[in-house]
Amino acid sequence: MQSFKYARPESLPELLELLEKFRDRARLISGGTDLLVKLQHGNLAVEVVIDIKRVAELSDRVVTTNGWVSIGPRAVIGRVVRHPGIESAYPALVEAGRIVGSVQIRNRATVAGNICTASPAADTVPPLCAYDARIRLVSTEGSREVPLRSFFVGPGKTVIAPNEVLAEIRVPAPHGAMGSSFDRITRRRGVDLATINIAGVLHDNGTAVFAFGAVAPTVVVAEETSGDLCDPTVSADRVDEVLKTLLATARPISDVRSSKEYREAMLLVAARRVQRTALERLTQARGGRE
Amino acid sequence: MNEMTTVPIAVTINQTRYDVEVKAHHTLLEVLREQLHLTGTKRSCGEGECGACTVLVNGEAVNSCLVLAAEMDGAEILTIEGLERNGELSPLQQAFLDRGAVQCGFCTPGMVMAAEYLLRTTPHPTEAEIREGLSGNLCRCTGYEGIVEAVKHAGRETDS
Ligand code: FES
Ligand code: FES
Repeated sequence: MQSFKYARPESLPELLELLEKFRDRARLISGGTDLLVKLQHGNLAVEVVIDIKRVAELSDRVVTTNGWVSIGPRAVIGRVVRHPGIESAYPALVEAGRIVGSVQIRNRATVAGNICTASPAADTVPPLCAYDARIRLVSTEGSREVPLRSFFVGPGKTVIAPNEVLAEIRVPAPHGAMGSSFDRITRRRGVDLATINIAGVLHDNGTAVFAFGAVAPTVVVAEETSGDLCDPTVSADRVDEVLKTLLATARPISDVRSSKEYREAMLLVAARRVQRTALERLTQARGGRE
Repeated sequence: MNEMTTVPIAVTINQTRYDVEVKAHHTLLEVLREQLHLTGTKRSCGEGECGACTVLVNGEAVNSCLVLAAEMDGAEILTIEGLERNGELSPLQQAFLDRGAVQCGFCTPGMVMAAEYLLRTTPHPTEAEIREGLSGNLCRCTGYEGIVEAVKHAGRETDS
């Protein structure tokens, strides 16, 4: 592995001071499952790796507060998907989190890390975008909140400034009944990266939000308000028609994992599955409420 | 605190405490094998794909090739060397031998540690849970059948 220095600040001010000093010559480590692969390949210009695991202000927990679920930046994927508040309200995030890497990876990798590496294939990103998650960033200059949907600038690139750290992922609690689901298509199960991944969230008021990952340089979010995707009496043909308009916004790319044409065909297949499951869950949630 | 090129760490490995200085850029796997001569843990891919380097850190199965040794200050680590009791193989290890779950043996330490973690968190796993629990571990020899059998058997053993 390439050589670098290691620092383990004990508090947020200490961490922010280090970031001010090293700026883009520093990398943060929590789980390290992605960072260490890059460092093994020796293709990062890194002078110091800053371990954030002793910074108490950066939580490793999931906390349900009034109207929000807050996911701490050090919360590992394996824990997040087993949290009762996440399990009950955000099944698309659970489905996505459960297929990230392997058991060993999920025990170590954080949701925040999955977001910050900004891989177009990151599985937890489409569900979090579809749920309209916000990202809280802090630096010595203060704190700001960015919608996850506008967090990514390109593959591996986000709006995080070199002196900023992700402090919290905030997911709004559902207003009224909601049904959601996630699906992905890969060439083989397991440790593979997604060829395409889709999350869909259907709201009681008829709004449907779909997020597509791995099809374009960054995640694509599409919203639709006809109500047809949230209505169990609507015909399959009409659903297809609406899904196709939604999918028109996702412009698939060709890369080593698959061609553009393959992705386009598979997108519709996966979108249908997501819509069907999400609708079942929405119907269930509506029933439970009455 | 300053940036360090070598990092003093205190770790407990298989219930023995070690106070060592590690290079900032060395992985836990490198330190286990090259510095502490605990060579039971294997390296194959070196990037989280094969599971050969699996150990338990604070009770959680992790790929030791994807962990910096420096991060391990204060941690409790269990490696394949820590499973035996007074020279006797653990029931899980014995099940691997009995069920023909070992051929070349290179994947075995990681496979056993992943299975150990599975049985600690899910004492009586179904076949699907076993396959899922071991999906981060690759074996080029056995075709996995013997391995799944061994874990199933060891899961049943803990019953009695
Ligand atoms: S050597 Fe660590 S996962 Fe392959
Ligand atoms: S026994 Fe040879 S790799 Fe598994």
